Amino acid sequence: MKQIYLDNQSNTKLDERVFSVMRPFFLEYYGNPQSIYSLGCVSKNALEIARKQVASYIHANASEIIFTSCGTESNNLAVKGICEALKSKGNHIVVSAIEHFSVLNVVKKLQKDGFEVTYVSVDGKGNVSETELLRALRKNTILVSIQHSNAEIGTIQDIKKLVSAVKNSKVNDFVVFHTDAVSSGGMMSMDVKKLGVDALTLSSSVMYGPKGAAALYLKKEICIVSQMDGGAQECSKRGGTENIPAIVGFGKACEIAKEETIVNNRKVKKLRDKLIEELPKRIEYVYLNGSLENRLVGNVNFSIEFVEGEALFLLLDANGIMAASGSACASKNLKMSHVLDAMKVNVVVGQGSILFTLSKYNTEEEINYVLDEFPKIVKKLREMSPLYSYFIKTGKRKLSAS
Amino acid sequence: MAFYSEKVMDHFANPRNIGEIKDADGIGEVGNPVCGDMMTFYIKVKDNKIEDVKFKTFGCGAAIAVSSMISEMALGKTVDKVLKITNNDVAKALGGLPPNKLHCSNLGADALHKAIQDYKNKKNNIF
Repeated sequence: MKQIYLDNQSNTKLDERVFSVMRPFFLEYYGNPQSIYSLGCVSKNALEIARKQVASYIHANASEIIFTSCGTESNNLAVKGICEALKSKGNHIVVSAIEHFSVLNVVKKLQKDGFEVTYVSVDGKGNVSETELLRALRKNTILVSIQHSNAEIGTIQDIKKLVSAVKNSKVNDFVVFHTDAVSSGGMMSMDVKKLGVDALTLSSSVMYGPKGAAALYLKKEICIVSQMDGGAQECSKRGGTENIPAIVGFGKACEIAKEETIVNNRKVKKLRDKLIEELPKRIEYVYLNGSLENRLVGNVNFSIEFVEGEALFLLLDANGIMAASGSACASKNLKMSHVLDAMKVNVVVGQGSILFTLSKYNTEEEINYVLDEFPKIVKKLREMSPLYSYFIKTGKRKLSAS
Repeated sequence: MAFYSEKVMDHFANPRNIGEIKDADGIGEVGNPVCGDMMTFYIKVKDNKIEDVKFKTFGCGAAIAVSSMISEMALGKTVDKVLKITNNDVAKALGGLPPNKLHCSNLGADALHKAIQDYKNKKNNIF
């Protein structure tokens, strides 16, 4: 059976060129970069080359890159570390309602420790409102954390505009702006200087790099308190032996992203647009979630009315197509995705959300296969849906059992 | 290991007894689309036995598999026997369900019992 992977927001396939540069660091160059004998120096050099590659991708200085193990760790370090460093100046944090859980659950925890949190809402397409953000700011606001783009709905925020609004508000002279750019990594070009951010999270595993490596860009003058204490690694901002093979792979993935993202994006966007244009022609009562204009090139998210998302992606999987859903049944906590909820997507319709995220490896043939198979799956599930038969008979939407 | 057992996947991908019965003797509906699951069961009863059963279900893989399984378990059995089948029995017959699915999606027996209740109410009204 065909195997079509369309869940690239959760993990991407490793680029073979990345694997090639990683390989020797498992078997030949296994020295600890903190050791000063020759094998250690090879690792240390590789670590610093990777740091330059990551920095170069986002137009930062190498000394502003802190390596961590994953995007979640980078977000934890950014939010907890910056709040701890600035707690003498204030205790107020502003985040958007659609952040990743590695930001939302961190601020929830900080709330228990006495910090105050304001959640800025989003509009129906997932855009953070500048006016609301400015309204949320206080004299004691120490951190604003707003994601660069959203993994689920693909909406890209105008971070440059939001940063300049916060900095020009003159609410105080110490508020730090962090952006979680994990979903944008490898999908678009980024320049921390143009964006104006103080801190930015990037992760290897969704940009054709290996799992186990991520970075936090931290502007030179921004203070942070380490959250993983140990040795003097990463200038004592993150203790623990460096995962050299993964970091080397991450560096290579950034180098490739810098050179090839624009060309790859043209191809990925063409396939994405084909799905977005064709699916509504083949299936009735489907609604695109997120913005059409400011959208990640690989993101397709539809709500399919009268069917449920987990059933959709299980039948897709049975046909060799791997996708995701924001429905309640598809989640471990049995709640509809907080992103769709924040966008005020109708709960019944949101149960039928299906998410395809494309990569540079997907082909037109694969997309054509999805366009052929997916409508059949929806038809099958609608034929057994009491909500659909009620709608066909009465023209009305059923909201509860009779 | 897969998220669902093979039996669940079989009943989900090839559900038995899908449909509606136009002149049903009883209809039962449970669930709520807001929570993501809703089931409607239709039955025909002859000589106190379930002569025919059909269902329509909106919901996840577990909800559809549970509906299919109980429809198979009930067919041909007496109404009183069917009333004794619990949601738990259905989950067991499917080779188990993931813990988070046991409460929300495992409503097949409830829906069928509601259809039987509807049948009984109608019968009592006639006589």
